[in-house]
Amino acid sequence: MKHLLSTKDLSRDQAIHILDVTEDMAATQQREVKKLPTLRGKTVVNLFFEDSTRTRISFEAAAKRLSADVISFAAKGSSVSKGESLQDTAQTLEAIGADVIVVRHPVSGAPELLARSGWIDASVLNAGDGTHEHPTQALLDAFTLRRRIHGDASRGKGLDGVRVLVVGDILHSRVARSNVWLLSTLGAEVTLVGPPTLMPFGIDAWPVDTSFDLDDALASKPDAVMMLRVQSERMNAAYFPSAREYSTLWGLSAARFGALPETTVVMHPGPMNRGFEIASVAADSPQSTVLEQVSAGVSTRMAALYLTATGADL
Amino acid sequence: MAARTVLQQADIARALTRIAHEILESARGVDDLVVLGIPTRGTELAARLAASLAQIGGSDVPVGSLDVTMYRDDLDRNPTRGPAPTEIPAGGIDGKTVVLVDDVLYSGRTIRSALDALADIGRPAVVRLAVLVDRGHRELPIRPDFVGKNLPTARSERVNVRLEDFDGIDEVTIL
Repeated sequence: MKHLLSTKDLSRDQAIHILDVTEDMAATQQREVKKLPTLRGKTVVNLFFEDSTRTRISFEAAAKRLSADVISFAAKGSSVSKGESLQDTAQTLEAIGADVIVVRHPVSGAPELLARSGWIDASVLNAGDGTHEHPTQALLDAFTLRRRIHGDASRGKGLDGVRVLVVGDILHSRVARSNVWLLSTLGAEVTLVGPPTLMPFGIDAWPVDTSFDLDDALASKPDAVMMLRVQSERMNAAYFPSAREYSTLWGLSAARFGALPETTVVMHPGPMNRGFEIASVAADSPQSTVLEQVSAGVSTRMAALYLTATGADL
Repeated sequence: MAARTVLQQADIARALTRIAHEILESARGVDDLVVLGIPTRGTELAARLAASLAQIGGSDVPVGSLDVTMYRDDLDRNPTRGPAPTEIPAGGIDGKTVVLVDDVLYSGRTIRSALDALADIGRPAVVRLAVLVDRGHRELPIRPDFVGKNLPTARSERVNVRLEDFDGIDEVTIL
């Protein structure tokens, strides 16, 4: 695998292979010595054109656990036109000798451009581009869910027949998109729930069901409920009348959580707006996988870095 | 050129039984023994060897697997296969006599990786190496302690170990 740009172009076997490699990486993280010598002498550049704490730290931890050299590059607020700046930056990184470039960019398709433009030879890992995709987040979600369902017997398995609700701001969410493609590739049945204003156009063509009523959707007793973060940086637009109305209609409140079966897994990609889209009682319950998702993030990114940096067969 | 069979099922079984005796002789019993196979064929050989050891030595021997993929020095040159699971028996390896088991010993690079991997997991008192076939052409100062068969080969030849669980037949061929 040379690049990891999206989950849409992963086949089922490829996706399961990545999840299995993640299992191996997770196993090494239980040891006293967590560091592996695998990517010694390789240089990983974190190129972040957009704010991020957990994804950047997670990639940095993953690269360091594999003994790569890590350079973190925050390129916020560039006034140069985007295409030009990306090319300049890419060529600078090439000159430094980057082997893998982890890129987050506000423009959808920027990592793809970097990978296909011929500007550089390095591998490109998409760490979130605009409202397009965030493949490592979807992989870590699938990994976490597969672990909850199959436990130690997860290897080689998909998520066949697992019913997942994805709730909230689908329109702006690259996490939702990557999850839709990956979960359905793995055999899960995905239902998207949210206000009509936050549903993307053309959703009919997606391999999902949609619902505009959270209580209705929760009554079907799904196996997992994935709450999305309400992206307050985009709240100036009038997608819904007030924060309170959103919370009342689309939040996983204590009452809604209490009505769920104890087997339903509650997921959130973080950072959480507690009391808004998710109640603390749900976020802190044993059904919540919020912290498991964070540790799965490091293992998933180790797998992604390993598979791309070594050009392993998928 | 057709493949030539150098070991058949009975030969492999005999070699493993002999190795088990040799291990017990040098370790003076099964106490503190841990058998670790290197995936993929080594894992199966380790399981068989542990069964022999238990039968001869009279008590169970912990057996596991040790994946070395992440420790290889040739990840850039070879198309990588994915890593395989590492399973260390519950008792760990600290202070134990670890017997590494692999199917074919060739350059010695796999074993070097295995020694690195082992060092990250714990500190065995002694590490021994058992291989089904030693085909020579070492590139590192590594030698096996227990050998099923010494097989002089040319570099251009290929040694194939097939085992029932993976390939439906027990045999070693040379091509």
